[in-house]
Amino acid sequence: MSPYTFFVTHWREILSTTLEHVELVLLAMVIAVAIALPLGIFIVQRPALRRVALGVASVFQTIPSLALFGFLIPVPFIGGIGKRTAVVALVLYALLPILRNTYVGLTGIDAAILESATAMGMTAGQVMWRVRLPLALSFILAGIRTATVITIGVTTIAAAIGAGGLGTFIFRGVAMVSDAVILAGAIPAALLALLADGLLALLEKRLRVS
Amino acid sequence: MMVCTHSGDRSRAGNLPNGKGLRLEGSSNSMKTMSTQSLVPHNATIQFDKVTYGVNGTPAQANISSGQMAIRVPDRRPVLVANITLNIAAGETVVLLGRSGSGKTTLLRLINRMLVPTAGKVLVQGRATTEWNPYKLRRSIGYVIQEAGLFPHFTVAENIALVPTLEKWGAQKISARLAELLKLVGLDSGDFASRYPRQLSGGQRQRVGVARALAADPQILLMDEPFGALDPVTRGELQREFAALAKRLGKTIVFVTHDLREALLLASRIVMLQDGKIVAVESPDDFLKHEHPEVQAFAESLGQDLGTGPTGLAGSTAGKRG
Repeated sequence: MSPYTFFVTHWREILSTTLEHVELVLLAMVIAVAIALPLGIFIVQRPALRRVALGVASVFQTIPSLALFGFLIPVPFIGGIGKRTAVVALVLYALLPILRNTYVGLTGIDAAILESATAMGMTAGQVMWRVRLPLALSFILAGIRTATVITIGVTTIAAAIGAGGLGTFIFRGVAMVSDAVILAGAIPAALLALLADGLLALLEKRLRVS
Repeated sequence: MMVCTHSGDRSRAGNLPNGKGLRLEGSSNSMKTMSTQSLVPHNATIQFDKVTYGVNGTPAQANISSGQMAIRVPDRRPVLVANITLNIAAGETVVLLGRSGSGKTTLLRLINRMLVPTAGKVLVQGRATTEWNPYKLRRSIGYVIQEAGLFPHFTVAENIALVPTLEKWGAQKISARLAELLKLVGLDSGDFASRYPRQLSGGQRQRVGVARALAADPQILLMDEPFGALDPVTRGELQREFAALAKRLGKTIVFVTHDLREALLLASRIVMLQDGKIVAVESPDDFLKHEHPEVQAFAESLGQDLGTGPTGLAGSTAGKRG
């Protein structure tokens, strides 16, 4: 069967699998941002915690994704087969780019600006909310963009532990030795990554303060 | 363009120092009494009482007692300023002059509690800075730095209105004050208020910086090489305008520079710093006659700028060094 005929005959299944994929990615990203962003803000003034947080996040990044999914299966509460385990692994993967960019964005601000903010009588909280965060926003968004693109790719592997998503086609296609089936998973995944990258890049550009 | 707005009626003539403004604490606590008192509280003053910052063996770093922020000091030499005693009277323009690393900026930062002394006290309006609420203290002191330190994501109007906003002024009061300030610094024509700092020239940014510092009508103004990054022509313009503005406003101004010409133009008193110590305190008229080698070194450098040297410095004796 040619890839084209497979697409035509299976488009409903491909669409629903794509939506499932998007759902996994969105869920993972929301949780990752909810963890990494506040953590990034928190470690700005705490060098000891900063090393630990960035170190741990880096370690997750170095574990091969298939292995990370496997490691999590026996872990109580978060493990097992299915979506939950997959989301946990995806979150761990997405943490580092967001955390690192948040930290770099918040600390990479011109010293003169921070100096004058403090010298004009802003409290530490005001400096964070009114100066650091607005100026770091495009950086933070760049981190979220990187993490999203990575997550869209890694999510295909989540099918290996029964989480569903476009990886289902890829694994099935590999088993069937069918390019058409592999492409039914790979092409939508690639398109999703490009789309997310483009949209977030646009948003990032709009929020940039030169 | 300079329009007198607040508290501008107090002449500074009465405050001119007798040339030896440096006094030992204890001998007399009385400041020079102001003959003309109107809007300015009589104690709008700054006193350094045997102030030392930095201690041998510990990195020069201080935590503001209320927590949150650690102040970084670029230079890690153990003692940045040592045993400084200096009284600054209301309405004076004191210029802290010295080479890089002489301690000028440290002294400035001690005034608004960006740094707290490791020994001695800095008194602002009669109260030690450590007894002030740091945020209140800083909001009541204007601060201008090189390159202005404007917030790039704020418009000119938002930048200028920063302290009034922090102090929760009403919208009407803020916009009235804004118009007043834009006029004061000569940016009232056109659409400056709605522009962002990146859309301004260096000189315009510095004007905004001055307007921002004056926004809440502070009695004290701290300026750290505010015109240092400007081209010579713009710098000259701003220096002259600022000299006139300072005279009208009658603020107590502490001005840091390494530019002797600027010091001679703006100061009512020049404080020469070397290696964290005061080596000379003189009026601009007498400064170049001072015998200290550091003063003479600065005077030398002035003399070397042949051709470009301004000849009409306010009452200075530029070039007549001994």
